[in-house]
Amino acid sequence: MTDLLYSDVEEELRASVRSLLADRAGFEAVLARIESPEPVDLKLWRALAVDLGVAGLPVPEAGGGAGASWRETSVVLEELGRAVAPVPFLGNSVLAVAALLGTSDPLLDAVAAGTRVATLAVPLSAGTLKTWTVTAEGDRLDGTVTSVVDAGVAEVLLVPTAAGLYAVEATDTERTPVVSFDLTRPLTDVTLRGVTGRLISADAAGTVERALRAGAALLASEQLGVAEWCLTTTVEYVKTRRQFARQVGSYQAIKHRLADLWVSVTEARAVARYAADCLATGDPDLPVAAALAQAFCSPVAVKAAEECVQLHGGIGFTWEHPAHLYLKRARSNAATFGSAASHRATLAGLVDLPA
Amino acid sequence: MTSAGLTRDFLAAHDPHALAPLDFLRARFDAGLAWVQYPEGLGGLGLPREEQSAVDEAFTAAGAPDNNPRRIGIGLGMAAPTILRHGTDEQRHRWLRPLWTGEEVWCQLFSEPGAGSDLAGLATRAIRDDDGTGWVVDGQKVWTSMAHEARWAILIARTDPSVPKHQGITYFVLDMTAPGVEVRPLRQATGEAEFNEVFLTGVRIPDTDRLGAVGEGWAVAQTTLMNERVAIGGGASPREGGVIGVVTDVWRKRPELRTPALHDALLRLWVEAEAARLTGTRLRQQMAVGQPGPEGSAAKLLFARLNQEISALELDLLGEEGLRHDEWTMRRPTVVDFAGRTAGYRYLRAKGNSIEGGTSEILRNIVAERVLGLPPEHRLDKDLAWKDLPK
Repeated sequence: MTDLLYSDVEEELRASVRSLLADRAGFEAVLARIESPEPVDLKLWRALAVDLGVAGLPVPEAGGGAGASWRETSVVLEELGRAVAPVPFLGNSVLAVAALLGTSDPLLDAVAAGTRVATLAVPLSAGTLKTWTVTAEGDRLDGTVTSVVDAGVAEVLLVPTAAGLYAVEATDTERTPVVSFDLTRPLTDVTLRGVTGRLISADAAGTVERALRAGAALLASEQLGVAEWCLTTTVEYVKTRRQFARQVGSYQAIKHRLADLWVSVTEARAVARYAADCLATGDPDLPVAAALAQAFCSPVAVKAAEECVQLHGGIGFTWEHPAHLYLKRARSNAATFGSAASHRATLAGLVDLPA
Repeated sequence: MTSAGLTRDFLAAHDPHALAPLDFLRARFDAGLAWVQYPEGLGGLGLPREEQSAVDEAFTAAGAPDNNPRRIGIGLGMAAPTILRHGTDEQRHRWLRPLWTGEEVWCQLFSEPGAGSDLAGLATRAIRDDDGTGWVVDGQKVWTSMAHEARWAILIARTDPSVPKHQGITYFVLDMTAPGVEVRPLRQATGEAEFNEVFLTGVRIPDTDRLGAVGEGWAVAQTTLMNERVAIGGGASPREGGVIGVVTDVWRKRPELRTPALHDALLRLWVEAEAARLTGTRLRQQMAVGQPGPEGSAAKLLFARLNQEISALELDLLGEEGLRHDEWTMRRPTVVDFAGRTAGYRYLRAKGNSIEGGTSEILRNIVAERVLGLPPEHRLDKDLAWKDLPK
């Protein structure tokens, strides 16, 4: 049966990641970094990837990974979401690992060990992709991919083409930073002009589909982390903020909204755990679980972030308060790996509810 | 021996087709296979609750009679856990076996016309009788399912009006056949009378039928109410179990009813229903490993809202058919049958879901205060004697 709980090992992993992030990715540090020339924190990434060893959790130890599973990966994502930490985990440890895991390519060793950062060169908004904007002539690649996550710091880009999935050295490409809506997850436009690629898999479509499905399933855990932070922070705030000589959290207008949000977050946890477990165990229900995860958890994270801003009142609208970073992450996640509406449309096909 | 082994042995020794159903159920109770998480001697084996589903499945597979759990839901879900937790040994042995076998139906006498959300404000009085061996009860209860079938009721009544309202309540078990108990059907918006009004006039209860200490009834009632919300919101079901399955069935069979707007509305509710189902599954997994979470309150809130939204969508989908109803005959059903009636019935009956067993507004207060730790409601009634409250 699907296990929707957290194991002791998963809770220990959570504690280690949370403690590291509390030390190194506090809000002031994140806020200072996002407008600096280096918005992504590669020192923090090395601590996560190399010291804690979470870069390739589902990769067998013989393949350079941790010999754990996507369930543990999802717990790391919850914590990264809770901290809106600017590290290349989604590109490297979700997309690139999921793309490489089905191959026997030696690149997987370095990616799983966190010693070479890689990402999948697809627009972050893509829920599914069947056509490619890069063409391959022999091993020479030409074309442009927009809005690629973590490409700014990646050393290797995995580029899908009609001829297959290629690995290219990131420094051989032209990378243009995008002014990104989510400042903690900066995107990059990538242009290839006659760049030499190394063929990793002839089946780009299958590989990308697998990676994007893993992305959709696991992003739900990040969304859960975002929503939990917003709920917890708002609950604490309305206990201390006083107006009309009362804690504002004593008004039913506030209490009932937060109770409803707690119910939604409680549901999101079950849905995200289900998706992570289906991915980890290769459950045949994975396509439904992944689409459900995005259809449900995307709007919950957005709602939580919007409530966080509103229920903080004036302070919640300021740059100095963390709420806007969570709002931007939640809103950006809602357009990542397909919208909730596109996943509902996917579900319609999967569960036989035709239009 | 494991519960699986004991079940096998029991079924080998007791042919479900040869024994009378009641004899079979009594023997199953005595073997500890009724509810394995209960103590030995009280229908259980002191085993983890999660072993029960496998035991139930084995009995079902063997063609064994069941105790018609939906008919005795109040007994199983609310009275039994309260008796187990707060009853004396004598009370547990007296009541639990016929409760589980279904020989004796139970009902709940909590709500009153003047005490709904503010249940602790209840006015039904219980006064010590002259010889000190019992109590005499007078008052009116309402919204009582199964009162017309019940042999016993769990009852809360005021035994001391001179103290603040939560402190003056005592919890009793009432014999529904006692003189002075009058049950009248209460017709609902659906046209049926699932519920009743119960009038209590000089009803005598022996003190041996008191559950918990005098004045401790509110604390005892919390056991009942928490279990009620889990019972109402809980229950394992497959994907598209529940009312969503009724609508998806219509959708698949009746393509002529489909529109793009209703399609997205249906998918939104499918997603919500599946999320709620997984939340219930996770809650049961937590309870099975002894981490009962506060998710029970969430389940009941969700169940109420989803039933209402899904049944409304079904009416939108059906168009003209939604204008027509099957019947308005006043009946007294013993179980709520959501699937067997019209969409209009489901829509109307679902309106009760956010009222019965604690309104959704009260549940939100409970979640906000007990789960999130938000400040309690400002209130005027906590420290005043009940008799001095404005009425």
